[in-house]
Amino acid sequence: MVTQTTSGLIVGMLLFLVAAGLTLIFGVLKVVNFAHGTFYMLGGYVAYSTLGATGSYTLAVLAAAAAMALFGVLFERALIARVYGSNVLMQLLICYAVVLIFDDAVKIVWGPDFHAMGMPPAFQVPPLFVFGGVVPPFYAVLIGIAALIALALGLGLAMTRLGKTVRAAAINPTMVSALGVNTTLLFAVVFAIGGALAGLAGALAAPVRSLSPGMGFSILIDSFIVTVIGGMGSIGGALVAALLIGLLRGFGTIGFPGFTDGLIYAAMILILVFRPQGLFGRRTA
Amino acid sequence: MSKSRHPALRDTIIAAVALVVILLIPAVHHSPAFEDYVIRLAAMALFATSLNLLVGNAGMVSFGHGMFYGFGAYAFALMMQLTPMSLPLAAVLAVLLTTVLALLVGAVCVRLSADYFAFVTLAVQMLFFSIIISWQSLTGGDQGLRGGIPRREFFGFDLGSQGHLYTFCAIVAVLGMLALRHISASPFGTTLRMIRDNENRASFLGIVLWRARLAAFVIAGGFAGLGGVLAALFVSGAYPELADWPNSGQAIFAVMLGGIDTFLGPLVGGMILLALNDVVTRVTEYYGLVLGIVILAFALGLRRGVLDFLRHLLAARAR
Repeated sequence: MVTQTTSGLIVGMLLFLVAAGLTLIFGVLKVVNFAHGTFYMLGGYVAYSTLGATGSYTLAVLAAAAAMALFGVLFERALIARVYGSNVLMQLLICYAVVLIFDDAVKIVWGPDFHAMGMPPAFQVPPLFVFGGVVPPFYAVLIGIAALIALALGLGLAMTRLGKTVRAAAINPTMVSALGVNTTLLFAVVFAIGGALAGLAGALAAPVRSLSPGMGFSILIDSFIVTVIGGMGSIGGALVAALLIGLLRGFGTIGFPGFTDGLIYAAMILILVFRPQGLFGRRTA
Repeated sequence: MSKSRHPALRDTIIAAVALVVILLIPAVHHSPAFEDYVIRLAAMALFATSLNLLVGNAGMVSFGHGMFYGFGAYAFALMMQLTPMSLPLAAVLAVLLTTVLALLVGAVCVRLSADYFAFVTLAVQMLFFSIIISWQSLTGGDQGLRGGIPRREFFGFDLGSQGHLYTFCAIVAVLGMLALRHISASPFGTTLRMIRDNENRASFLGIVLWRARLAAFVIAGGFAGLGGVLAALFVSGAYPELADWPNSGQAIFAVMLGGIDTFLGPLVGGMILLALNDVVTRVTEYYGLVLGIVILAFALGLRRGVLDFLRHLLAARAR
């Protein structure tokens, strides 16, 4: 039980980090960023290389977040910004192209094989025993960090000036722009935050899951489901939905091995049919 | 679009000429690789063009079109393997079953708004995909349906031979494309485009929106199923990849690359995608890298599909 719960929580928290960026970008820019899984994957690989070069896991995590924030800005400025006016499918096409390019780029730089990063040395200590179950300390730290970020993100959006501007831009970007806010800069910042979160998730996931060129795609589908179930644009919804999906994955393997995916898709369809705006989404006319 | 007095007659003549040309090519220049390409293109053309009935005409972006393609392939392959029925009968039944599936899925989806329509179609497709994977006794799971499809002869066609399969696929595809052309040129097609451009106005004129959308969804599903039948004949089996997410993506990219406002756009997009696939995989193992760069060049350079771009160019010249 404890094992399933912790593994469910870990999956859920990682999903939340990725999905939070996805939902933020959609909320503000109305862009469905299909390349978000690529940010996550690259974050994992950057952390892997940084750890190899410096030996510091903290540095590796920070480097991954910083690199992906930069990547997010470049991606938005150089590619997505060019097609804001045209058909939404053009954005999709560009995201898909980026996914294809970087999946292969990763293969060229790091090789097509799976990489195992291993636990950071500081955490290679005996596991904790909680309620008769085994919990590696790194797992506890990982869940803690993710929870902290969720909190910071929620408070930041609710309290800070930047957070308020972002929320305002989500509702009416033209008005925000008319009020003198540099929305071009704001959009880039949102992409930077989304990229940093995904990169962070990739770096945190690297010791727990192995790295492979296809890893971005599988997390993309899941975090996509999370954003849709939680309500596109809702951070709180993303958190609840991510934990829900994570736990469903954790426990589903006991009840329905082999059909966990089907269970998740069925849940998504039911929610969308009966509550199309998602659990926590605002109803738009 | 040129102003012809008999557009239906003109389209039929064009289709007939195209068919004759396609059928004559192997007689002039026999190349197995080319025939292979045309067979795959036949399936792709039906798949992508039927999707464009939704995307281009009705403005409904379905992310789950691959489900019907995959379902057509599985239904056909299973009927041929498990029953002694004749090949054309199995093909027709497979298409009919796909239409029924599209009716069921569409009944749930078509009332949703554009964004959620896209997500629900994607989710239904992923559900269908995981059913294929987990129902191993029937579908063979992730290995796919193996053992080959028995190709019982009919009307002198032996689809085991590549030449016959080529002829058969060309005829089916051209007839299917012609049917789709008639549908999109018909008053029904015009209705769809009106809904796409202004659904309130269409609604005021007395059109029941969900009924027109459902009809489009069912028709598109049926033709995708027909494409799936051809795909099953080509690979001699059915594989879960046919119904997977990236396959729906392929159709969307064919539509986007070729152009959504021109009837033959998806066909041209499919030709480009398949040709790229064949050329690039021969040269390098990094297919995704090259394809990605090409897509980026098209998307950022033209900002619309190839045929749409050319049409705008011609229109600008004429002015």
